[in-house]
Amino acid sequence: MNKKDTINILFCGIGGQGVLKASEICGLAALFDGFHVKKSEVHGMAQRGGSVESHLRFGKEVFSPLIPKGQAEYLVSFHKEEHERLKDFLNPESVDLISYLAEGEKLIKNKRCINIFLLGVLSQYLCIKEDSWMKAMKELLPLKYLEENKKVFAEGRKLGGWHDME
Amino acid sequence: MLLSGDEALARGAYEEGLKVAASYPGTPASEILESLSKFDEVDSQWSINEKVAFEVALSSSIGGLRSLYASKHVGLNVAMDPLMTSAYTGVGAGFIIVTADDPGIHSSQNEQDNRLIAEVAKIPLLEPSSPSEAKEFVKTGFEISEGFDTPVIIRLTTRIAHTKENVRIGDRREVVIKDFKIDIPKYVMVPKNAYKRRLEIEKRLVRLKEYSEASPLNRIELNDKKIGFITGGVSYLYVKEMYPEASFLKIGFSFPFPEAKAVEFSRKVKEVFVIEELEPFLERSLRGLGIKFKTKHPSYRIGELRPEYITDIVSGSEKKEDALSARKPVMCPGCPHRSVFWVLKKIKAVVTGDIGCYTLGALPPLGALHTCLCMGAGITFFEGIKKALRKNVAGVIGDSTFVHTGIPGLINLAYNNTKGLIIILDNSTTAMTGNQPHPATGITIKGEATKKLILEDICSACGADNVDVINPHNVKKLEALIKKRINENALSVIIARSGCRLNEKKKDAPPVYKKENCKKCYLCLSIDCPALTKTKDGFIDINSELCTGCKLCVETCSLKALTTS
Repeated sequence: MNKKDTINILFCGIGGQGVLKASEICGLAALFDGFHVKKSEVHGMAQRGGSVESHLRFGKEVFSPLIPKGQAEYLVSFHKEEHERLKDFLNPESVDLISYLAEGEKLIKNKRCINIFLLGVLSQYLCIKEDSWMKAMKELLPLKYLEENKKVFAEGRKLGGWHDME
Repeated sequence: MLLSGDEALARGAYEEGLKVAASYPGTPASEILESLSKFDEVDSQWSINEKVAFEVALSSSIGGLRSLYASKHVGLNVAMDPLMTSAYTGVGAGFIIVTADDPGIHSSQNEQDNRLIAEVAKIPLLEPSSPSEAKEFVKTGFEISEGFDTPVIIRLTTRIAHTKENVRIGDRREVVIKDFKIDIPKYVMVPKNAYKRRLEIEKRLVRLKEYSEASPLNRIELNDKKIGFITGGVSYLYVKEMYPEASFLKIGFSFPFPEAKAVEFSRKVKEVFVIEELEPFLERSLRGLGIKFKTKHPSYRIGELRPEYITDIVSGSEKKEDALSARKPVMCPGCPHRSVFWVLKKIKAVVTGDIGCYTLGALPPLGALHTCLCMGAGITFFEGIKKALRKNVAGVIGDSTFVHTGIPGLINLAYNNTKGLIIILDNSTTAMTGNQPHPATGITIKGEATKKLILEDICSACGADNVDVINPHNVKKLEALIKKRINENALSVIIARSGCRLNEKKKDAPPVYKKENCKKCYLCLSIDCPALTKTKDGFIDINSELCTGCKLCVETCSLKALTTS
């Protein structure tokens, strides 16, 4: 019953990994492209190493702030156990980016940037303009680390996308 | 602009000329005041507790300034005393009470549904479904408050407070400050006056019900007439997601309930289904109206609703509990609370606890905190448990919590001649809710320096015989001190003071691990530090990125497998 024009992305990990930052950047980029965006998460325990999940949905008009189970188009995981816990959100057509986590950990020296690497991967699947991603990162990342993050984002963007699904 | 429900509500209040806002931090409401504090035109404050916040905001309104109180659901309990009588006094300028409830108990001690409080207090209740509505409803809230001379409750839930969406922002309009009028029959609640005001409340409720019937906040959406849902809050969006073609009576103004509108709606659809989170509040409002309706199985009264539950609810089935539970939170690496719990566990103390990050001391493998009920009970519970056990009991409480409601408990101990040990876990911030300042930090919500409350002075003034200040990272000294004080014939307070790690950038070198000395006893793992893990072959790995060099693990190791050099 999901309206096809809504894109559902589930970000998950544990406190301190930058899960919320990643979904915030993606949400803002979607906003710049004129979509109705809803992003839902729980704060409070987030910085204490507990589970963190952020539901991001965008489209013409989004109702529920939570993605219904089985309806996530994309699952972006920063932690293997959390990925395991949230697999119920996937369906056979979903794109699960878990394989890129290990790849990112190998490729990216600065562990703190893994979230941006995975965003780069994700960006290749989405209809959001590159310019909007750049604007969103500029707004939400500290200026000091912006250039480094942009490079990491580009690394991920090179890898992600439909081309390697063939 | 992407704004959370909290931020959107704050923005709405700001645009409506809000002058005074007061709160005590609490998830999921904290961001309301944090957002408001950024506006120069709003006199905002972290109050020492919710009762104080409520009275500051209400009296500002009576004085003629538009004002707002905000707290989490259990925070409103602390403010119940002024809340219940505020319906009697009414307001001066508009006064909004925001309660942010936490269905699913993500970050709270209970799951109370504060919609019921609106009914008990006889105060009108608005329930937005989304951040944009939170912003809109504040505007209506001020109109109702001033039009009917009443406080207005706006109820958010976690999924509204912490959802972000596109919100259109506007300019602030200044609202004329009303004159304060001395009005003894209205503002002095002695029996005779209160009785007259009581009659006023009932008359007001009749008028409010008429308003609720006509209000666009209660909206009929006619579509497919086979099934009509009566729903409100975030539940409306879950149902809309799963049944976009159905008809709806969307309830945004839920107390007083628009009974006639509900009857009208029920006549237009074939089947009526009520869907709401937690208690059967709308359901009870519908009873006795002669409407035939279906509702969720009672098992769904517990916990949050989720969009995928809706089809099951409509089919009448019972709730299936999720098998996989979320990962448990843990004290940060280098957290100063950890060493206190390590010592208390070592001496097998029974520990009465309180609300804050340190409540995590109760989780395994530490298991060193044994009670947690509500704010301030770390001290008052100490009194009862000490009466029963007589020795080896300690009460722990955070610095912000001590100021919130701990002080009366300490005075009570001294006054009633109770001896023993209270430990203030002073990390100089309100950590769990996002590091807000409080009186003992000497900083205001706007980041300005102010008069600083000296904890050691106030403990002495309350009647503590001994007040010791110690850095808990100095574990040996801490242990000696706790052992000395815990069963002494005196009332002692130890202030274990070391800043929250989240505010601290400085790190010391990690300990050195000597594999050859390790006998795999895993005592070091009993402190539950995220920087220490067991490797596949059973040895210990120190994550140098996480480790802050606090060296508590070194204290746990008598085999010199973990050392400082």
